[in-house]
Amino acid sequence: MARRIFPLLLVIALCAIILIFAIWNNRPTIAPHTEAGAELAPDFTLKALDGTPLKLSDYRGKVILLDFWATWCAPCQEEIPRFVEWQSKYRDRGLQVIGLSMDDSPESVQKFSREFRMNYPIALGTQDVASKYGGIFGLPVNIVIGRDGKIKAKHLGMYDLMQLERELTSQL
Amino acid sequence: MSFRFVRLGTTCVIFCLTALSMPQKGLAQWNPNQIQPATALSQSVLIQPAELVKALQSSKIKPVVLNVGPKMLYQQAHIPGAEFIGQGSDSESIKQMRARVQSLPHSTVIVLYCGCCPWAQCPNVTPAYTELRRLGFINVKVLYIADNLGTDWVYKGYPTVRGNN
Repeated sequence: MARRIFPLLLVIALCAIILIFAIWNNRPTIAPHTEAGAELAPDFTLKALDGTPLKLSDYRGKVILLDFWATWCAPCQEEIPRFVEWQSKYRDRGLQVIGLSMDDSPESVQKFSREFRMNYPIALGTQDVASKYGGIFGLPVNIVIGRDGKIKAKHLGMYDLMQLERELTSQL
Repeated sequence: MSFRFVRLGTTCVIFCLTALSMPQKGLAQWNPNQIQPATALSQSVLIQPAELVKALQSSKIKPVVLNVGPKMLYQQAHIPGAEFIGQGSDSESIKQMRARVQSLPHSTVIVLYCGCCPWAQCPNVTPAYTELRRLGFINVKVLYIADNLGTDWVYKGYPTVRGNN
């Protein structure tokens, strides 16, 4: 009996090792640089993809997740489906996700936003806005803004999404 | 009996490998072009940020530093003296890089860098490196940026320049 079961266990163990290795290899890297401050989030007005003006201060009173991203940024592609989900899930509790794309042209952003069914306002970011937020030196950059309009957290690079969700929901 | 287990085992392994090679939802849909990840580069071609800082500060002949990342990030901060080429994953940028290096001797020390994303997800450095090697350049190095330019260069206090030049 043991001789029969042993090869089967061996196969299961081998599969488990392959899976564990793959999961470990694909784990998100946590950004080492995390800032939290209490300064007021700099206001900006940009033209949203749909042509309407996108003014940050219009969302005062809501908890804002400001996401600097780009279509070519692989970690951004991992995050965005979660942001779409959170926008639906927490909209009634006052969450507003805003995406500022750092792409050079709006065409690829339009196509991307349709494919990813992005359900929140998106605009092309500018040098000026990026500089107001201390500079964008890599993507993604996630900024959590409280109902009072103050920056609660800033994360450069791929951040732990469970932690980010906790940070947002703690403000709601 | 053992043949049955071998067959079963092979099936399981093939199933696992197939499942793992399937694209993640959304990600591959958006990357129709085959990405050549930075992890494909061998360790011997990499240069660490501290080493590059030292090389740039030395009085010897300075390397030609080419930025093969996105323009917006280059304008936000780049290594002093680095020339903007465009994203290495874009064939137009590769064409531009070919034109830039055309007059250089093949022994020129060239350093490529991007810093848009974590190393394993950077789509830009490997195509640019591969092209320079194909053209016959023998002293090409790639700056190893583990997370992004901010974390691995700017916030470490290494010199940077803003704008287009």
